[in-house]
Amino acid sequence: MNNRKRDIAIIVAIGVAGIAAPWVAPAVTTQLAFLWLMILFALTWDINGGQMGYNSFGNVLFFGLGVYACALLQRDSGLSYYVALGCGIGLGALVAAGVALILGPAILAIRGHYFAIATLGLAIVAADIASAWEYVGAASGLATPVYPGLIEHRTRFFYYLLFALAALTFLAVRKLYSARFGLAINAIRDDEDKAEAMGLHTTRYKVFAWCISAFFLGAAGGPVGNLVGFIDPQDLAFAGATFGVWMVLMAVLGGKGTLWGPVIGAVVFHITQEVFWTYLLGWQRVAMGLLIVIIVVFFPAGILGWAGRARARPKDPAQPAPATKTAPRPSMEAER
Amino acid sequence: MSNLSVLFDAPILLVQLIVSGILVGAIFALVAYGMALLWGVMNIINIAQGEFVMIGGYIVFFLARAGVSPIFGIPIAAVVMYGFGLALYRSVIWRIIDQDMFISILATFGISILLQQLGNQLFGSDIRTLPSHLPSLFLAGGMVTVPEIKIVGFVAALAVGAALVVFLRYTRLGQAIRATAQNARAARVLGIDTDRVYAATFALNCAICGAAGGLVAMTWFIQPYLGLTYTLRSFMIVIVAGLGNLPGVILAGTGLGVVEQAAGFILGAEYQTAFVFLLLVVILVGRNMVLARQRRYLK
Repeated sequence: MNNRKRDIAIIVAIGVAGIAAPWVAPAVTTQLAFLWLMILFALTWDINGGQMGYNSFGNVLFFGLGVYACALLQRDSGLSYYVALGCGIGLGALVAAGVALILGPAILAIRGHYFAIATLGLAIVAADIASAWEYVGAASGLATPVYPGLIEHRTRFFYYLLFALAALTFLAVRKLYSARFGLAINAIRDDEDKAEAMGLHTTRYKVFAWCISAFFLGAAGGPVGNLVGFIDPQDLAFAGATFGVWMVLMAVLGGKGTLWGPVIGAVVFHITQEVFWTYLLGWQRVAMGLLIVIIVVFFPAGILGWAGRARARPKDPAQPAPATKTAPRPSMEAER
Repeated sequence: MSNLSVLFDAPILLVQLIVSGILVGAIFALVAYGMALLWGVMNIINIAQGEFVMIGGYIVFFLARAGVSPIFGIPIAAVVMYGFGLALYRSVIWRIIDQDMFISILATFGISILLQQLGNQLFGSDIRTLPSHLPSLFLAGGMVTVPEIKIVGFVAALAVGAALVVFLRYTRLGQAIRATAQNARAARVLGIDTDRVYAATFALNCAICGAAGGLVAMTWFIQPYLGLTYTLRSFMIVIVAGLGNLPGVILAGTGLGVVEQAAGFILGAEYQTAFVFLLLVVILVGRNMVLARQRRYLK
């Protein structure tokens, strides 16, 4: 119970910090908004990748769908700004979840690395179609409507939207992992055939998990498109080489298959990335590639996995560190 | 879609598409064979495959600019890429061989991004192509145009493929590579240094990609961001053909070339890559459905 109290205290502290941040450090509000986006990315990826064992490289597809759905509704519906934005975010979330629901049964039946490549292909198909289709602005992109207010209010407004979405995602995911759903998708990760033999409707769980992921990613699309103000199909909406890989990387960096791992990974990664952007202008993406290789090759268990092993070592020096593929789950310990 | 009716009115255009598809497909097959080699021997899916092609292309391009004919440029690119592959193996790849497949995909994805961005910084994002001084052949009364350089590229791709088969079949190292692919543990027991075999296989794959890249620069164009399309094309060809099946790889490669040319013509060039990747997804889903009916899975 003590762990649970500590968890809640940390969540409340982060929440207070998140609310206060734009007033404490107004100069970096946009970067902080992207920090919440990164946390959301890592958390939603980890539902499939970490907890369910389906390593998707194409979850950015859902984000892009959300970006475009919201921007198109804002452009074509003729509603007032806030109403259109609200409807757009809802539409983005529903479209993304709907696409996941339709594609899910076929795509999620593919396993292992074939699944990874298939999802990678899906994201690139979407990017190519978005950059060729005239209705959505083709390769020249799409501008979002002008915010009716001051520029700093605009940044703060979208900051809070993204903060709320990230917080909502975290709480939803936390709730789901502590319920039957969490056990079910972990069973699928550990041995899918056995889970199915035990009477689990694996396809339903898999598709549902993908839909949850897609729902939050789609919802995040609208605020991000409006925060940036201009939607480029390859560099913002369906940015496979940046957002698409980053979401995988952040979860791996923090420790995939854990609740807090993606959050920690996203924070560390985002700060590193901003530092690269500031000091290595032009070469930041090269450095990013190098960073990916280093993280994956040397820290495959992530920060939490590494910390867990470091903590386990002094207790029993004779026992070698547990060589589990996934990091230990603090959230499970919290329940006991 | 209006081009579809054009195709029915003038079937000779279809011949044109098939010929250009086959000519370019041989190069796809070459890259795919390298990927199959790596996959079969080391159990690694190399996402950076296309980037190796890109680097090979740039080597041949800059050599040609410095006055070295591509006939010599391509072997030089292959040798340079062999060394590059050895260096990459010794620094990164050996660490990920016995890891989870996911780790190897993600690590090679990182290498792919690294090389692609490095290419962008060093060579610029312009589309480059080697000027060829060879004429074009006009067949069937001028309706079918075949640039001779593409025929040269096709023949060279087949030659490299044939050399590879001979190498794998008859040389000591080639036999060691095949033995390791069959059973790495047994190969180790019999005194084969599998680590060196892995290094040689990886470097060999890089050399193949380097040569293929030179052919791509000669017959098509190169650009820092073209890598991923080649990677996924190779992946698709390997899935369709299976590992270690050279005739299958050539057939699937040329088939993909033809389908791609036809799709580019019918749907418009801007949808061509989208079509390729959609085809990849459809093939994966379709193959999986067939296997699932037999209670087997793509693993």
